[in-house]
Amino acid sequence: MSITSYNGSALIAMVGKDCFAIASDRRLGVNFQTIACDFQRIFKIHDTLYIGLSGLATDVQTMHQRLQFRHKLYQLREERNMRPETFASLVSAILYEKRFGPYFCEPIIAGLNEDGTPFICTTDLIGAKQLSKDFVVSGTASESLYGACESMYKPDLGPDELFEVISQALLSSVDRDCISGWGGIVHVV
Amino acid sequence: MECIFGLVGDGFALVVADTSQVQSIVVQKTNEDKIMILDSHKLLGVTGESGDRVQFSEYIQKNILLYQYKNGIALSTSAAANFTRGELATALRKNPYQVNMMIAGWDKDVGPSLYYLDYISTLHKLEKGGMGYGAYFLLSLMDRYFEKNMSLEKALELVDKCIEEVRSRLVVSPPNFVIKIVDKDGAREHSWRRTVEDKQGPPPTAAPIASPMAEDISVQS
Repeated sequence: MSITSYNGSALIAMVGKDCFAIASDRRLGVNFQTIACDFQRIFKIHDTLYIGLSGLATDVQTMHQRLQFRHKLYQLREERNMRPETFASLVSAILYEKRFGPYFCEPIIAGLNEDGTPFICTTDLIGAKQLSKDFVVSGTASESLYGACESMYKPDLGPDELFEVISQALLSSVDRDCISGWGGIVHVV
Repeated sequence: MECIFGLVGDGFALVVADTSQVQSIVVQKTNEDKIMILDSHKLLGVTGESGDRVQFSEYIQKNILLYQYKNGIALSTSAAANFTRGELATALRKNPYQVNMMIAGWDKDVGPSLYYLDYISTLHKLEKGGMGYGAYFLLSLMDRYFEKNMSLEKALELVDKCIEEVRSRLVVSPPNFVIKIVDKDGAREHSWRRTVEDKQGPPPTAAPIASPMAEDISVQS
């Protein structure tokens, strides 16, 4: 099996009206064997900034630790939280540092700008940023996720409707992918 | 076919490992202790490449004790597990250790805990888990019979069921297993499950074997 599908993962982030939602599956597997159904893939950087990491679980954990470290240092130096665009650039830079021996993870960054507008973006495993106005997906079920999101998404959804849409999109896609699933978690901000 | 598994019960955590040391088709010994006692309240069960297994687990044990001596306070189980993960992760892209581990510990504030640590340094806190080919049989058994906060008797019944299953269904199953426990009274060996006794050295009352040169052509006086 390919290294990015060794542990299995599925992630979505969606933009709503002055809010965003980010959702992931909960499965941790080793090839086809399931180890746990409560693995954390979405991490809070600060109150209005979340990062979801798909791909190889060890790199998910390493990336999370590195990014948390960098953000805490930023907070100490600048005495404020990082803006989502800045954080996305940081993630991109950290990934490109390892251009010829990369971290096998594909992050999704979701946050609220200072004016309250939502921001979502994804990068590939070597840091190519891809901004989006509606939704971004990542993980082994990404093709399914693109299809589900494209058909279910509507712009300017409120938090409750956004929660419904993102959950249904996630669940229907992971049901068609044997190495992701076993539950889901949604954060709506 | 190495096998290691563990589970968390009411105020204790158990780690069970097979005890065979195998090199290609030869079983070198069947009483190899693969569960290291890291400090007073931590267990580290390790399987994988033999050299890496001993080397890495001793390195971790010494570093955990060093922290205690330097800082006057022992590491928590979570800290020890994360430290171990960090060491594995740092080595991963240089000279990786081929070792899979289960880390169990008891802390006063948290109680018993069990961590699964892969050879590619994937760390996850679990109530029950297993590694190796045996895990293919064990995990489903544990899914069926495990309950939260089991008593020690029930947990040992489950462990025995698991060992029976591995013995009967795994093609090259290990003959002996060791069970170690960690609870508020510390980390210690609990029991063995043997089907083969490891004979060490010649039997004590062996007569010396006559050599072909027994009748020495020596000086005849």
